[in-house]
Amino acid sequence: MGPHPQTWLKTTPAGLYCEPGDFYIDPLRPVARAVISHAHADHARPGHEAVLATQGTLAVMRTRMGAERAGGAMQALAYNEKIKLGDVTVTLHPAGHVLGSAQVAMEYQGAKAIVSGDYKRQPDPTCAPFEVVPCDVFVTEATFGLPVFQHPDAADEIAKLLASVALFPERTHVVGCYALGKCQRLIGELRLAGYDAPIYLHGAHMPVCETYRAEGVVLGELRPATVAAKAALKGAIVLAPPSAIADRWARRMEDPVICMASGWMRIRQRAKAGGIELPLIISDHADWNALLSTIREVGAPEIWVTHGGEEGLIHALSRLQIRARALRLIGYGDEDAE
Amino acid sequence: MKDFSELLERLLFSPGRNTKISLLHAYFTSRPDPERGYALAAIAGALDFPGAKPAALRAMAEARTDPELFALSYDFVGDLAETIALIWPNAHADASPELPEIISALRAAKRDAIPGLVATWLDAADSSTRIALIKLITGGLRVGASLRLAKLALAELGGVDVNEIEEVWHSLEPPYESLFAWLEHRAPRPHPDEKPVFRPVMLAHPIEAKDLAALDWSAHRAEWKWDGIRVQLVATPHGKRLYTRNADDISHAFPEIIDAMHFHAVLDGELLVIRDNIVAPFSDLQQRLNRKTVSAAMLQNFPAGIRLYDILFDSDEDLRTQNFDARRQHLEAFFEREQPQRMDLSPLIKFEVHHELGLLRDGAREAAIEGLMIKRGDSPYLSGRPKGMWWKWKREPLSVDAVLMYAQRGHGKRSSYYSDYTFGVWNEAGELVPIGKAYSGYTDTELAYLDKWIRNHTTARFGPVREVEKEIVFEVGFDAAQRSSRHKSGVALRFPRILRIRTDKPAAEADQLEAVQALIT
Repeated sequence: MGPHPQTWLKTTPAGLYCEPGDFYIDPLRPVARAVISHAHADHARPGHEAVLATQGTLAVMRTRMGAERAGGAMQALAYNEKIKLGDVTVTLHPAGHVLGSAQVAMEYQGAKAIVSGDYKRQPDPTCAPFEVVPCDVFVTEATFGLPVFQHPDAADEIAKLLASVALFPERTHVVGCYALGKCQRLIGELRLAGYDAPIYLHGAHMPVCETYRAEGVVLGELRPATVAAKAALKGAIVLAPPSAIADRWARRMEDPVICMASGWMRIRQRAKAGGIELPLIISDHADWNALLSTIREVGAPEIWVTHGGEEGLIHALSRLQIRARALRLIGYGDEDAE
Repeated sequence: MKDFSELLERLLFSPGRNTKISLLHAYFTSRPDPERGYALAAIAGALDFPGAKPAALRAMAEARTDPELFALSYDFVGDLAETIALIWPNAHADASPELPEIISALRAAKRDAIPGLVATWLDAADSSTRIALIKLITGGLRVGASLRLAKLALAELGGVDVNEIEEVWHSLEPPYESLFAWLEHRAPRPHPDEKPVFRPVMLAHPIEAKDLAALDWSAHRAEWKWDGIRVQLVATPHGKRLYTRNADDISHAFPEIIDAMHFHAVLDGELLVIRDNIVAPFSDLQQRLNRKTVSAAMLQNFPAGIRLYDILFDSDEDLRTQNFDARRQHLEAFFEREQPQRMDLSPLIKFEVHHELGLLRDGAREAAIEGLMIKRGDSPYLSGRPKGMWWKWKREPLSVDAVLMYAQRGHGKRSSYYSDYTFGVWNEAGELVPIGKAYSGYTDTELAYLDKWIRNHTTARFGPVREVEKEIVFEVGFDAAQRSSRHKSGVALRFPRILRIRTDKPAAEADQLEAVQALIT
């Protein structure tokens, strides 16, 4: 093994910096060269001079920020394709989180570190599945880093939603979900479950869906909920940002059933406090068991834990005699902490 | 068990009454006997078996994970049963036993064998089923739906009036197979025999000015509307019961009333705390409600009594088809004959013209009187709220000008509106102190205005609660002011509602706490 990654991967105020490659991973401030794991707003920020990411991530960044703000030189790198940045070889591997999401693998003088960004292990019809890549240091998220978080199969949760639609055919089911990733996954899962009716979208959700389609993801018929007649929404499923579902926007619906798709819905008080009538435990993030099994499969002798429940995960890894430490990076978990 | 736990989960999260009824209806229709009957018993709180201690379950969960991870998780989740349920290693698919099997196993098990039994069920269950199981077994099952809603769902299912169910309910036992058989038209209605069952009560309409003008006063009788709890006393050779007007059995909380029932009859009356023939304020009666056991001190300090209004049965003679005047005579004769302890007759008020009554009503500021009841002399005792028979004529509300302090979103149709308002008045130190909360009385237009105003004038947030700038003055109407140790202000209002928004009044000119205290009765 070459030089330990802690000697060449540094935490700086701008984010995680790879010194021998002279680039930042998911930087928090505008920098000269950024490698972006995925397009959620807390990881992909505007204004970098040069951006390296997958084609999917770049496409979503352009949609959400506009081509100008998304970055200067935008370079697409396919999954598993190698590129040399300075003295470091960079490869992007699928992370299974959202369209284009990637683990950033870095090799320097024979030592290999992977920053996995955000990831999940459940199947998702709208993005490539997580790929296990052995390494010396694995940087993992810990959004759901407590053993109480064990996500059920998404198909079971979708079945719950469809059973409720059947039980209340006069009401509109409004599902709170984030615009990037969760929204498209819900649509994909509904289609997999055989639901082929039009799905209605809040205005904020349409652009990213169009980008997914342009990238070849099949979503079926989507209609805007904003201009649709109230009557047409009876018995329909409407997807909207979480901020809109229990607020004024939802008033236009017919006696809405307020639903929310999130890993946090596993905690009843979270759902109750948010005024959620039908919580759906569907998450973009690895649950507790998936965090542990991923760490085992990757087989890295050392784990760095970023945002979320670091304390619990580090404790559990120490019991498994895996070296683990918290990597304190400020600023993640704003958007896709769900 | 999965269908039952899914029902519980949906009931917990559903804010609307109609939604809950639909969920219950769908469950009772789709699930077989005896499962649905035991589910109904769980909702009714009628299941009885030795439970397990939460500590034993916690120890088992810690052994399956790790004490430190458990502690971190409990800290995050905040509810012990839920933490245990969520942290328990997930089964691949739910294979938990059905509810009837669980109940019979619990009834048969020795107490120290219960934790092991529970562990095998938890191993086979998914997480929502685990929560339901743990709550069921530790006795903390909060269903999120009242028994009344379950009965309304059953009435829908059977196409019968809910009162028909109420009338047989207390003669039935879990798992209620005879009830379902009747509702599904497979068997006749269960017969209560001589069991001390509840009979549907007769209720009154509020009287409006136009009703007052149209009333033939010579055909009507008047009596006080006492401010206690409307109850039904039932005594048969097979038992004695005290029911609320919603058919809840509250016998255990009022043993002195049960002890005083040496007759066989069904009576209608008002439950009150009475000391030396003087009726105490409602807050005294509240001390006696919702208690599992009653201490000797409680019996001594808050002695309960019944003020009788009506008689439905004398022995097994059904008097309900007789008219009010005949029943009243019968009640007076009954009272003379039995002279029951802790009971008296609610007197009829003599009057010549109804203006006299109006004066009486307005003059009646005694704490124990809410207003007047006006009853037609020829009215039979009917279930529900029949039109044109009985009227309640409440005295004018008291009112206070109070400042809006906090707002919270409502439920159901109002779930997106800030519709629950906490208001306060000024104390001597010049601070606002909350005196109550109201969520009715305003128009839809006023609600929309308040909602928008609150969003634009929020100064702080505490979870779902917004604190707002102290600018809006409400005229708050209420029936009585009472002393309260629960509120910082020391005052609690009975039936507060918003009468109007005083846009003309600056907050500084809202009422002083002293003025409200002066209204305490």
